[in-house]
Amino acid sequence: MSTESVPFYLRSEQRPLNRVLRWIATALIVVFAAFVAFPFVWMLLTSFKTQQQIFAEPGNLLPPAITLDAYFRIWSELPFARLFLNSIIFTGGATALSVFFDSLSAYALSRLDFPGKTLAFYLVLATLMVPYQITLIPLFQTVFDLHWLNTYQGLIVPRATSAFGIFMLRQFFITVPRDLDAAARMDGAGEFRIYWSIMLPLARPALATLGVFLFMNNWNDFLWPLVITSSTEMRTLPAGLALFSGQFVIEHAVLMAGATLSLLPLAVAFLFAQRYFVQGIATTGIK
Amino acid sequence: MATASIGARRHRRGHAGLLFILPSGLIILVFVIYPIVQSLWMSLHDWSMFQVTHPFVGLANYAGLLHDPRFWNALLNTIVFTVATVPLQIAIGLLLALKLVRSSWWTIFLRSVFFFPVISSFATMAIVWRFLLSADVGPTAAWLRSAGIAPIDALHTPSLALPAVILVGLWKNIGFTMVILLAALQDVPESLKEAAVLDGANPWRRFLNVTLPSIRHALLFASIIAVIVSLQVFDQVYVMTRGGPLFRTETLVTYMYEQGFTEYRSGYAAAIAWVLFLIIMAISVVQLRFFRYRDVD
Repeated sequence: MSTESVPFYLRSEQRPLNRVLRWIATALIVVFAAFVAFPFVWMLLTSFKTQQQIFAEPGNLLPPAITLDAYFRIWSELPFARLFLNSIIFTGGATALSVFFDSLSAYALSRLDFPGKTLAFYLVLATLMVPYQITLIPLFQTVFDLHWLNTYQGLIVPRATSAFGIFMLRQFFITVPRDLDAAARMDGAGEFRIYWSIMLPLARPALATLGVFLFMNNWNDFLWPLVITSSTEMRTLPAGLALFSGQFVIEHAVLMAGATLSLLPLAVAFLFAQRYFVQGIATTGIK
Repeated sequence: MATASIGARRHRRGHAGLLFILPSGLIILVFVIYPIVQSLWMSLHDWSMFQVTHPFVGLANYAGLLHDPRFWNALLNTIVFTVATVPLQIAIGLLLALKLVRSSWWTIFLRSVFFFPVISSFATMAIVWRFLLSADVGPTAAWLRSAGIAPIDALHTPSLALPAVILVGLWKNIGFTMVILLAALQDVPESLKEAAVLDGANPWRRFLNVTLPSIRHALLFASIIAVIVSLQVFDQVYVMTRGGPLFRTETLVTYMYEQGFTEYRSGYAAAIAWVLFLIIMAISVVQLRFFRYRDVD
């Protein structure tokens, strides 16, 4: 125990040198935050410019006058509506199906007895460890053999379940007291009823976390749509924008408007459901 | 009578269980497990995507990798990327987490800023970064010029392309590490910190002897994920450099992608994927061991 009248830690924090150090740390963090935010800020501000302004004053961050020109032109200069639609169908379809199928499996793995249950659970765990690049080349072959290249089903079906989702929901379901579904079972409720009207409502936070996580991964996925689609009509936003930005002469403002619009759904979702993003990321981080 | 009905119910439940796992089970069998097995099978054959016969070649694809300078180059680039990214990502993520651990509107705002790249599309933001790192268009080039410095086209300069890719990788992933470590720091028991303060430990000792041991598991988790993500680097390389200039940013996954989907050498590409898997497994095991040993101390 310290015998000094002022505790050591208080003394150390009152020292002028420490105060200076603390200010330096804060300044560094602000500078670093500016660096991290800069690409987004520049993207947004550039999308409000005209091509002439971008080339005449490339060092000027702020547009002299805000024009929404790029946001009007993007629909004709790029098949942007189609890219957006594709992203929505792929992301929405894969995410919704995956949350549904994952929760069904998780229910069975946490509540029901069936032959091969242990094996099924270990298979789910094993697939979690294999990086998906391993499956990519045979998957392409399989999707090709099914004549599913450049189709929504080719994009969606292989992504309609996730081993991580099954595992995560199972871990949640086993924490739900069994009394609840045991009572319903005594009353003669079928398993699907119990799953649907008892388990799912209780699991809402876990389902939301998984849904947000899968939505984000699918919306941002680049390699998968790049491999499964080759026609412009079937590309999703990240793959479509990246390839357009390389192959065609597109005005920078239009490209930045496209990038901004493609980030918008996640940005809005993040604003309202930050908690679920953070939880989803913190529990896995693995695609 | 009673036993019969229990037996019937059990049978019904067994039946139900299989129905419940049927959708996911089918998908995982067809689109995950079968491809994993087929990938291993392909890697043992001279397998071209659109050819009818695929002669068995044993380990020839793996032996071929050993004599393929492009593979070694891609492996080296991937390792350089990982070795440069992971420690910085953990260190900066930890510093940010320590500085932002107390919640106020100000730290919550900053956390969101650092986290935002994590949720944004890497391929899309790589387009933006291409402009920011370019020497002719974009604001950084203009600022350098007005400061009298000739801007360098980093992405087309062999010695600077990989550092640029590393910088963008850090920009994207630091927020992930920060979030993991923040969660762990917020779980460090207040009583431990107070005890250390009462014992007269200075901030540095408190950090070393209280904070760091308490978040050890989160650090392990964050570093394993950071290594896995780094070893699989693809999106920003593909969008920003396509592996160039002079293959200086080619990584294992971009090389695999090229072999598989440009050259259609499925067997060879599958072999690259399995080598990547083995490297990931080996490093993860070493990381787990390393942290276990620390546990004993």
